[in-house]
Amino acid sequence: MVALAAAEPVAPAPAGASLHVEAVSHAFDIDGTVLPVLEDVSFAVKPGEFVALLGPSGCGKSTLLRLVAGLDPPRSGTLRENGQPITGPFPSRVVVFQDPTLFPWRNVWDNVALGLEAQGVLKRQRHRVDAAIDLVGLSAFRKAYPHQLSGGMAQRVALARALVNDPSMLILDEPLGKLDSLTRITMQAEIASLWQRSGFTTLLVTHDVEEAVFLANRVIVFSDRPARIKADIAVDRPYPRHRGDARLAELRRNILGLLGLDVTW
Amino acid sequence: MSIYSASKTIGLPQSAEEGAAFAGRPLSLPIGFAAGRAGLLAGVAWAGFGLSCLMWQDLGDWSRTRQLAIAAFVIAAGIVATSLGGGRLGRFAAGLQRRAPWLLALGLLLTLWEIATAKLAWLPLPFFPPPQAIIEVYTDDLPKLLDSVVASVKLQLGGYAIGAAAGFLTGVSIGWSRSVGYWVHPVLRFIGPLPATAWLPFAFFTFPSSWSASTFLIALATAFPVTVLTWSGVASVSNAYYDVARTLGATPSFLVLKVAVPAALPHVFVGLFMGLGSSFAVLVVAEMIGVKAGLGWYLQWAQGWAAYSNMYAALIVMSLLCSGAITLLFRTRDRLLVWQKGVVKW
Repeated sequence: MVALAAAEPVAPAPAGASLHVEAVSHAFDIDGTVLPVLEDVSFAVKPGEFVALLGPSGCGKSTLLRLVAGLDPPRSGTLRENGQPITGPFPSRVVVFQDPTLFPWRNVWDNVALGLEAQGVLKRQRHRVDAAIDLVGLSAFRKAYPHQLSGGMAQRVALARALVNDPSMLILDEPLGKLDSLTRITMQAEIASLWQRSGFTTLLVTHDVEEAVFLANRVIVFSDRPARIKADIAVDRPYPRHRGDARLAELRRNILGLLGLDVTW
Repeated sequence: MSIYSASKTIGLPQSAEEGAAFAGRPLSLPIGFAAGRAGLLAGVAWAGFGLSCLMWQDLGDWSRTRQLAIAAFVIAAGIVATSLGGGRLGRFAAGLQRRAPWLLALGLLLTLWEIATAKLAWLPLPFFPPPQAIIEVYTDDLPKLLDSVVASVKLQLGGYAIGAAAGFLTGVSIGWSRSVGYWVHPVLRFIGPLPATAWLPFAFFTFPSSWSASTFLIALATAFPVTVLTWSGVASVSNAYYDVARTLGATPSFLVLKVAVPAALPHVFVGLFMGLGSSFAVLVVAEMIGVKAGLGWYLQWAQGWAAYSNMYAALIVMSLLCSGAITLLFRTRDRLLVWQKGVVKW
């Protein structure tokens, strides 16, 4: 901790971006019928905040993330990053998807280098790739190909591939959804400490209530499709947090109640 | 040698796997003996082949019978020496041990062939020449055969390179651009399935030389499968890859060159492989009909003069060349696609 505290003033953390989602609605055309997925969604995220988007499976949370990432334009409404409308993908907003989607023809190093290569700055900044790989603890696997990695390792590589760009906003689309529970617990703690150290704004889509309250400053609960905001809950506990925290358990119970799942609690 | 492996050598291997594990230990005695036995038998078979050449009088007039017998004895001695020398000869000996059963079969086959043709004429003679007649072609008609090989390789290489490049570019364009697809796809459907040989008459009066006509035909035969497979490769690239690259700041050209093309490469190689096969067929037909050089022409010429041994000799060379070309292609693929699991080993 001492080393970290000493290092922080030397390497200034990139400031997190603010996000404004204003009256956003979205729908899909499926065989001619219009299927609404987001209905009049509005919320704001302060710079450096960690916000979890929680809701039933298939409610449209991931669609919202695609809009924030700029991969698709919304049908109506506006999304703003630092006050500027989002019109397309930009490497300051990077996404970690549920599947690691590593490029199988590239080894770990080349996968992590992807963003810098795409932006044409790789030649001057190769050290950033090494640093990102070190950060996720995979230095020994630089030359490994994706098919040689476990699920958890592959998702770490995907995380490094995102972090190497020094994002001001990290968009996590159920990144731990397919991992075994032990790996998931480890990586939740890693994500929390990475976020604390770097100061980027984080948006996390998840359907794991415990994960949401353990990681986020705020949990936004969505209704079933078309997704509307049901509740916006502040998680007022300091970091590092403990899973056994009574307040977190209480919040979890409340949120499960909102989702109509509190019977077993 | 440890006690463990010594005791292990007493029993015979119980399964194929165990046997293979045994073979990995070059010094263990029974295996040295078993593999050596196959090697020794192979040596005997080759010596038998040599003897079969000398034992009886040839039924025809072939000048290379003695030399062939000597070569067979030399090979037999080599096989026996390598089998006995075993461990000291390292990888070469190991390779020979693995191939010993094949060498044995080959020796027996050659002996049978020699007896069935040159000695007893069980097979009608001018049509089924003995081994020494084919050797005679390789020694006496070498310049003409080499010229034919060079002509064939040149024609094939040129046509194949043009066809592969054109097919690859067309495939990527159709797979990537909707408007290119709109115009090229119908043309491809109309022209592609036509066997390239059907263009022969057209090509030979349209092009200035038979050489350029054949190059065109070979390129055409290559381009069709390469185009279709490249196209399907590019079209089947998962959107998730593009999403990832786009969020990381990829430009459209980056998406094509660094995402679509590498992701499509396994398909492209299937296309290149199929293109190679169909281009061989076109090459031989083109040489038989129009071009006055090459192995196809040599085959045609040999058949015209009833020089059947020349025909077989050319066929053997052709088979080696085609197989070599495919080996080369697969080696290139294995090198480029190391990231792929479970590819066919040629």
